[in-house]
Order: sequence, then C-alpha cells, then structure tokens
Amino acid sequence: MTLDEFFEIGVVTPLGTHLFDAEGIKAFARKYDPQPFHIDEEAAKNSVFGGLCASGWQTASAWMKRNLATPMKVWTGEGPAPVFGPSPGITNLKWLKPVYAGETVSYSRTALSHRPMSSRPGWQLLTVRAEGVDSTGAKVIEFDSAVLVKVE
Amino acid sequence: MTGKAVTRKTWAFEDLTVGRSIDLGHKDVTAEEIVEFAAEYDPQPMHLDEEAGRASILGGLSASGWHTCSMYMRLLCDAFLLDSTSQGAPGIDQIKWKRPVLAGDRLGGSITVLAARESKSRPAIGIVSFRSELFNQRGDAVLELDNSIMFLKREAQA
Repeated sequence: MTLDEFFEIGVVTPLGTHLFDAEGIKAFARKYDPQPFHIDEEAAKNSVFGGLCASGWQTASAWMKRNLATPMKVWTGEGPAPVFGPSPGITNLKWLKPVYAGETVSYSRTALSHRPMSSRPGWQLLTVRAEGVDSTGAKVIEFDSAVLVKVE
Repeated sequence: MTGKAVTRKTWAFEDLTVGRSIDLGHKDVTAEEIVEFAAEYDPQPMHLDEEAGRASILGGLSASGWHTCSMYMRLLCDAFLLDSTSQGAPGIDQIKWKRPVLAGDRLGGSITVLAARESKSRPAIGIVSFRSELFNQRGDAVLELDNSIMFLKREAQA
C-alpha cells in the first residue's frame, strides 16, 4: 500500500449526515454566534436569511464530527501506520447556502494531495477537500483542510 | 432589514475604513468547555483528556481548532458584529491555527480592516475584508483569520 492508496487521493468518501434541528442550532449559537438569525425564529424571519439557520461554524464543526466518525483505510504498507496530527489551518471556506432548521447535511471528504514537510522531517502535509450538501443536493459548505501526518 | 426601521446600529459599512482596528476583548478558556465542545464535534484524545493532551504534540489539553474559531466568533459578535449592519459572510479565505489553545489560556486580539468596497450588484451593500488575530496571555499568536463580511450602508439601514 502506498501513501496515495492509504489517503485515497481523489476518492470522494461519504461521511454520513448531520441533522440541524432548531434546538441544536440555537444551543450552539447562544454560546458562540448569537446573531438574531441563529437564536430566534421570529427575528430570523425578518432577517436577511428569512428563517432560523445554523451558524457557519456549526456547519463546519459538524464536518469534523462526521470526518472523525468515518475511519481511514487500514494501513497495510511497510513500516508503522501513519499517525494523524494537528491541522495548521484551512483555506477557501465557503458558506454557499444557509442551512435552515430541520435540514440534514450530507458531508464528504476527498484527499487532494500530500507532500513532505521540509520543516518537520518524517511528517507529510495532507490537503483534504471538505464538502456538505443539503437535502436538495445543493452544496452548502466547502473548504480545504490541511493536516499533518506522521509517516515514519 | 426589510424596510422596517429597527434600532440603528453603531457600525455600518461607512465606519469600517481601511486600517481601522477593533479590539475583540478577552476570553478565558476553561478545560470544561474544551472537553464539552470536543465531545460533540472533535472527539480526539488531546481535546478530551489532560493526560492525552500532555502526551500529544500540542503539549496539553487543547481546544479543537473549530472551538477556537467559535470562541473567536463570539468575541467578534460581542465586540461589534451584533451592533453592526452585518448581512453575513460568504466564507473565510484563510484560517491559521498558529499555536495550540490550552486550558487556562486567556485569548484576546483584534480585527482590522484590510479593504472595503461597494457592491456592484447590490447598491445598499458594502463588502469589507478583514484580518483577525488572537493571542494568548503570553502574547503568542494562536489564530489568524482572513475573511470578508457584507454590511448595509448607513442610509440603507432605516
């Protein structure tokens, strides 16, 4: 098994779904993003979004939840199995459409590429495309996530 | 925002001029909330358990990067966004998690206007590009975030 095969470069992996119910949306937003359209149905009706919708940080965080719940392939290559480390960051996060109360988002990940890190011998930097689509099939979120992977 | 006059907000597009910087206040990060957030959204050992955190490359019980972003969002809301004419953000250009955020850290920082332009398609709206930075109590940068937010112009508010 190569690292490309382990990371499944170019393969879209479904991560399952997350239901954004009104209570969950409001509970997250009261702590972290208390804008009227995330915490109050009535205020949301008169807002730019026209209805209660999830904080973009909740739709992003739910991708992480589904990502961790979906195992990688089992390593059958030479040497010890690669170990996932922290993420230095993400790029190009787009909230393409509001996620309204009652909506179910289907998430996916696609490993795009990886390269050795010159500053950290033995580590690779893996780039993963994250996506979520709503029940109509419309994309609601996408971003590119970087993650460090120890490979030796 | 549908023509009904609501309370006028302090911050409109015109107030967000290039170079303007807004203090984001402070946030004390507790072990309890690190674990609570991680249990729901990012259940990795270094975000859930003190021992596992110390044994990890992060060096202690550390907040999920998504939790750090969420805490940043709350600071942003309280610092000015809730008292602004914000019409939402289309996304985030870049997030850098520069150092771990550990239990007991005190986060603070600022958001600075990099560019501001009027929307061509929506005359009532302006688009403001920002850079935000959060630091811990030792002055180390922990989060850098670049994004744009849409704001109503002042005259479009009432």
